[in-house]
Amino acid sequence: MARVELNNVRKAWGETVAVDDLTLTIEHGELVSILGPSGCGKSTILLMLAGIYAPTEGELRFDGQVVNEVEAKDRNVGIVFQSYALYPHMSVRQNIMFPMRFKQVPANEASRLVEEAADLVRVGDLLERRPSQLSGGQQQRVALARALVKEPQLLLLDEPLSNLDATLRMTMRSEIKSLQAKLGITTILVTHDQLEATTMADRIVCMKAGRIEQVGTPDDLYSRPSSLFVAGFIGAPPINLLPGKAVDGKLNVNDFSLTCEGAAAGDVTVGIRPERISFAEGGIPGTIDQTEPMGRETLYVVSCPLGSIRVLEAGSKAHRRIGEAVAISFDPSDTLVYDSRTEALLGDVRARAPS
Amino acid sequence: MAGNIRATQARQRANFVIFLGPAILLLFLFYVAPVIVNIFIAFTDMGSDLKWTEISTENFERMARKDRILTHTVIPVTFFFVLGTLAVFNVTFGLILALVTTSVQARSGAFFRAIWLLPRMSPSVVYALLWAWVITPTDYGLLNQVANGLFGLPLTDLMGNNPVFLIILVNGFIGASLGMIILTSAIRSIPEHLFHAARVDGAGGWSIVRHITLPAIRWPLSFITVYQTLSLLVSFEYIWLVTDGGPFYDTTVYALYVYKRAFFDGQYGYGAAMALVLVIVGIVVALMLWRFLDMQRLMQEPRIEVN
Ligand SMILES: Nc1ncnc2c1ncn2[C@@H]1O[C@H](COP(=O)(O)OP(=O)(O)OP(=O)(O)O)[C@@H](O)[C@H]1O
Ligand SMILES: [Mg+2]
Repeated sequence: MARVELNNVRKAWGETVAVDDLTLTIEHGELVSILGPSGCGKSTILLMLAGIYAPTEGELRFDGQVVNEVEAKDRNVGIVFQSYALYPHMSVRQNIMFPMRFKQVPANEASRLVEEAADLVRVGDLLERRPSQLSGGQQQRVALARALVKEPQLLLLDEPLSNLDATLRMTMRSEIKSLQAKLGITTILVTHDQLEATTMADRIVCMKAGRIEQVGTPDDLYSRPSSLFVAGFIGAPPINLLPGKAVDGKLNVNDFSLTCEGAAAGDVTVGIRPERISFAEGGIPGTIDQTEPMGRETLYVVSCPLGSIRVLEAGSKAHRRIGEAVAISFDPSDTLVYDSRTEALLGDVRARAPS
Repeated sequence: MAGNIRATQARQRANFVIFLGPAILLLFLFYVAPVIVNIFIAFTDMGSDLKWTEISTENFERMARKDRILTHTVIPVTFFFVLGTLAVFNVTFGLILALVTTSVQARSGAFFRAIWLLPRMSPSVVYALLWAWVITPTDYGLLNQVANGLFGLPLTDLMGNNPVFLIILVNGFIGASLGMIILTSAIRSIPEHLFHAARVDGAGGWSIVRHITLPAIRWPLSFITVYQTLSLLVSFEYIWLVTDGGPFYDTTVYALYVYKRAFFDGQYGYGAAMALVLVIVGIVVALMLWRFLDMQRLMQEPRIEVN
C-alpha cells in the first residue's frame, strides 16, 4: 500500500489549467476524498496518478519514488471510472480477468483470484454475463472487482456512485468503506457529493478551480471551513452567509447590528449553519416565509432583520406555519466570520446577537 | 369515423406512391430491366449489329470448355487480384492506416489521411498516368530512379515481370483509403475511457489493439471486407488505364475481359453471358459473406459497440 505524494503538480492544456500548484500527501491505507464542483480538476488528478496524463509540472511520488515517467501499465494502480469503462465485448469474468493477463500469474491461480474478487464485491453469480446485461450497481461492483483483482497499491474511484439510486448508493458507500478498511488499501475517492465525502473519507480535500481550498477531516471542513467557498460547499442545507460590514466592534448586517467579538474591520460575511440556529423567545424577531419538511427535520426560511435565514429544526412535521411570528437565536461560538474580499476565515472573530 | 380511416388509408397509399414511386421506377428502368434484357441476350449469339439468329446455351458451353484464356488466365488472375488487393491493402493496410493515424497527434493523423485520400480524389486518368511514370522500365521511371539510382538495384520492369503485383498496387493505393476512413471513424467512436482502463489494467499498445480496438470495430471491418470484395470483383477502370489488361492477358480481370469481348470484339451475346455469371458469383459471394460475417446483425442495428 502506497504513500502518495503530489508536489506542486500542475496540469494544463494550452490555456486551460485543470490543476494548479497542487501539493498533497496521502498516507498508507488512508481513504481521502477529493471534493469539488464539476470541472475543478478532480478527474485530472486521478488520471495523472493513474499515469494516463503526464503532469505539466511538479512531481508524483509513490512511497517516495518519483513516478512521473512510469507508464500507466507499470504503476499497479486500480481505477474505477465514473462511467465504469467495462469492456463491452467481454463477459464479467473476462473483464475481471483482463488485468491478470498482464501479470505473471499461473492460469488457475489467476482464475481463483478472479473468483475471489468477484465474490468480494458479490458478483460471483454474474460471471458469464455481458456488462450490458447488468444493472448500474452490478456494473459498478464489477468495475471495482476489476480494479481490486490485481491487488493495486493505490485505488482510485472517480465518482463511482453517481449513477446509482439513493438506496443503492448508501449500501455501496458502506460496502466500499468496509472493503477499503478490510484491505487497508490507499484510496482516493473523487466526488462532488459532499455527503459521500463526509461519510466515507478519513480526510477531505476540497477543491475549487484546480486548487486546493482546504484539507482536513470531515469535521474540520464542517465546523471550521477555512474559506467562504468551503463553507458554502459543505453542509446541507447550505450554510447561511450574510454579507455585512464591521465597524467599531459592531457587525452590521442589512438593517441589523450584531456585536463583534474579536478584531475585524471592513466587509465581512457572517456564516451560521441552519442546524445551529434555534427558535427561542427573546431572540431576533422574524416571520416564517417557507417550510420544507426534510424527513427527520424541517427547514424553515425565516425573514428577519438579518435577511432571509434558513433554520433547521428537528421534527418531521412542520408545526410552524407560514406567516407565523417567531424569534431566532444562535450561539456566538457557532458563527464563522469571513473577510468578504479575501474570502478567508477570520479565525478568532465571532458574532453575537444583542440581548 | 369509418370515412376518416378510409381517408387515412388512401393518404398512406398516396404517400407510398409519391415518395417511393420515383425511386422504384428508376430502379426498374436502370437496374431490373437491364438485368432481364441481359439474361435474354446471354442466351443469344447477338453481335454488335444487335441481331441474333438462335437461342441456345452455346455461350455458357464456350465459357466452360472452349475459352482457355478465360479459364486459364482471366479467372486465376481475378482471384489473385481480388484476394491480394483485399488482404494486403483494402482491409489490412486500411486498418493499419486507421490505427496509426488515430494514435498519433490529431493534426499529423489528419495530414496522413489526407495524403492517402489524394489518389481517390484525383481523376483516374491522372492517377494512371502517374503510375505509368512510376513504372517506366528505363532509368527515367520513378521506381527505377529510387531502386537503381539510390540503392543500386538492377533496372526492373514491373509491368513485364510482376503485372499482377502491379495492378494490386495500383488498386490498393486507392482502395486502402475507404477502409481507412470508415475504420478511423469507428475507432474514434470507441469511448476513450476504455483505452484508459486498458492502460491502467496493464495492457501495452499491441494488447490494446487486439483486445479493445479490434473487437469494437468488428462490424465496420466486416462491412469493409464484404463491400470491397464485391467492388473489386467488378472494377477494372484502373487496370484498363494502366496495363490495358496486358502484357498479353496477364492482368485481364474478369470484368475487363467481359468488357473487351463485348465491346471490342462485338460479341454482345458472349459478354452478356459472362456478365450474368459475374452477377451470380457476386450474389453467391455476398450471401456467403453475409452468413460468414453475420452481416444480418450488422444491418439490423448500429453495430459500433460502445457501451
Ligand atoms: N483532455 C483535456 N483537454 C483539455 N481540457 C481538459 C481535458 N480534460 C479536462 N480538461 C479540462 O480540465 C478541467 C478539469 O477537468 P476534470 O475532468 O478534471 O474535472 P472534474 O473535476 O473531474 O469534473 P466533473 O466533476 O465534471 O467530472 C475542465 O475545465 C476540463 O475542461
Ligand atoms: Mg470528473
